[in-house]
Amino acid sequence: MEDVVRVHDVTKVYTMGEQRVEALKGVSASVASGDFVAIMGASGSGKSTFMNILGCLDTATSGDYWLGGDHVQGLSRDALAEIRNRKIGFVFQGFNLLARTSAVDNVQLPLVYGRVPSGMRKDRAMEALALVGLAERAGHSSNQLSGGQQQRVAIARALVNDPAIILADEPTGNLDSVTSVEIMALFQKLNRQGITIIMVTHEPDVAAFTKRNIVFRDGRIIADSTVPEPMDAEAVRGKL
Amino acid sequence: MNELMLSLRIAVRALRTNKMRSFLTMLGIIIGIASVIAMVAIGSGASKVISEQISSMGSNMLLVLPGSLTSGGIRLGSGSIPSLTYDDAYAIQTQCPAVAIAAPLVRGGAQLVYGNMNWSTAVLGVTPEYLVIRDWPVSSGRNFSQSDVDGATKNCLLGQTVVENLFGSEDPLGKVIRIKKVPFKVIGILDRKGQSPQGSDQDDIVYVPIKAAQRKLLGSQFPNTVNSIMVQARSEEDLSRAEEQVTELLTQRHRIGPGRDADFTVRNLTEILSVREESSKAMSLLLGAVASISLIVGGIGIMNIMLVSVTERTREIGIRMAIGAKQRDILMQFLTEAVLLTFIGGIMGMLVGVAGAKLVSAFFDWPTLVSFNAIAMAIGFSGAVGIFFGFYPARKAASLNPIDALRYE
Repeated sequence: MEDVVRVHDVTKVYTMGEQRVEALKGVSASVASGDFVAIMGASGSGKSTFMNILGCLDTATSGDYWLGGDHVQGLSRDALAEIRNRKIGFVFQGFNLLARTSAVDNVQLPLVYGRVPSGMRKDRAMEALALVGLAERAGHSSNQLSGGQQQRVAIARALVNDPAIILADEPTGNLDSVTSVEIMALFQKLNRQGITIIMVTHEPDVAAFTKRNIVFRDGRIIADSTVPEPMDAEAVRGKL
Repeated sequence: MNELMLSLRIAVRALRTNKMRSFLTMLGIIIGIASVIAMVAIGSGASKVISEQISSMGSNMLLVLPGSLTSGGIRLGSGSIPSLTYDDAYAIQTQCPAVAIAAPLVRGGAQLVYGNMNWSTAVLGVTPEYLVIRDWPVSSGRNFSQSDVDGATKNCLLGQTVVENLFGSEDPLGKVIRIKKVPFKVIGILDRKGQSPQGSDQDDIVYVPIKAAQRKLLGSQFPNTVNSIMVQARSEEDLSRAEEQVTELLTQRHRIGPGRDADFTVRNLTEILSVREESSKAMSLLLGAVASISLIVGGIGIMNIMLVSVTERTREIGIRMAIGAKQRDILMQFLTEAVLLTFIGGIMGMLVGVAGAKLVSAFFDWPTLVSFNAIAMAIGFSGAVGIFFGFYPARKAASLNPIDALRYE
């Protein structure tokens, strides 16, 4: 299958005054379309830096990065913003919805910045909300929703632009175990529909729901394994 | 258009979230704009009064006065030689090309009697042209004619103050009053003229034909002399030429040799008031400038609050950037917010300023003039303040690093 993400020998060096910190020391990896990857590692292992580079929020010091066929390395700020808008859907640990803003307006936001005509925006936002099972809560503002519901809205927002990949940074970190499993069930359902998902997590329980685990340590990938039999979150949820 | 609407909606929402703060920030602009408008209105009201006074006096005016007399080393002051005559005025009128009208004038005081009422006032002997020069219409009855002057008829025109004091509510037209015991018939009543630039009551006056005044009322030992001659130039440009021509003509007529003091003086009246008008314009400009400073202070307030707002909403900026907002989108969002803030402030300030000017008019009896230009300038200026002081915070927001902004607590 075709690779959606391909990184080759990527390094990232932070300089703070005299000190140089090598967060990534030559990372190469590729993710096939339709994959569901968990990136694991202790804090400071470089997994978050790697995720930021994948998400075009940060740029690598050296190396190459192709996303959906585009060579991303060396693009301008606004070009990166455009790529984030069209090709990447973000899901954060802290949900990061706009406060005092309705669910449907939150979901619409990427379309607004993508210059989608206003007539089409609402329909597409409602479609995405239906996909995460929150169509009937479209008018609620984000602070009227529970944590799990907020994260669903965030996932709908990530989906609304039909991105090449969804990047999720500890998406279950702020949720209780039942809700976590629900969210994982949603991710599995989306993945079965063909959406590529890359997720950072430090919990092996959560990683067990994915198809492939990449482990970082000290700025390098130390393990990259396929999960032989991913757990079915829907089944686990039934038992809880 | 779509983008602008979006920025506007976000800005309105942001301002409504912090209503009190938005209002207090606006207050600086409101006070600034209100004071600019009120000050300019008060200032231009004052210059309007002065220019009205100029036109009430008649425009492009020269005043020819007799010179001073020196008798045994004692100088008797301006007008002490009865050197100007009715014929001088006629000569000026006919021989000076830059002069439109020359109106001679004799002046005196007299007791007026009508029935059982009496009143002391100024009596002026004039020609028909005098009222034309002074731009002073007759409200009822008629002005003098040349035959009134030539025939020294005992007709008179009354000012409003005299009418009130002598006649009360009675119609004076056609009645006969006694001026210094000489009967005069009232043929016309003058419009109300109000105060002179010096504050005296211009309506407290009686006009009679100049020859009647000379022969029948204010008889002097020098017949045919006049107290002064008012001269109106053909236009503002002709004023200085008229001054030269009058001076030259009178020097000739009075046979003043070279190097000798003239027995008359020519004064330019309009000049004095023009200077006053200029200074009052300068004053209103100064008031406006002082008020503009408060507008700048208001602008700094806006900048301050916008910086606070950018810091508070760093995380929101990060979210917007992560999902694809470009730098320009963020810049526009905050700039729109700043401009909206100043624009609303500007409109409210305008209302307060106009109301303030009206209040000053009503309570202090001070004329104010709210000009459309001042309002347009104030609104435009408030928008410019928004852009100027909003730009730095907006640029700061737009140049935030997405990761740092997202992580900001």
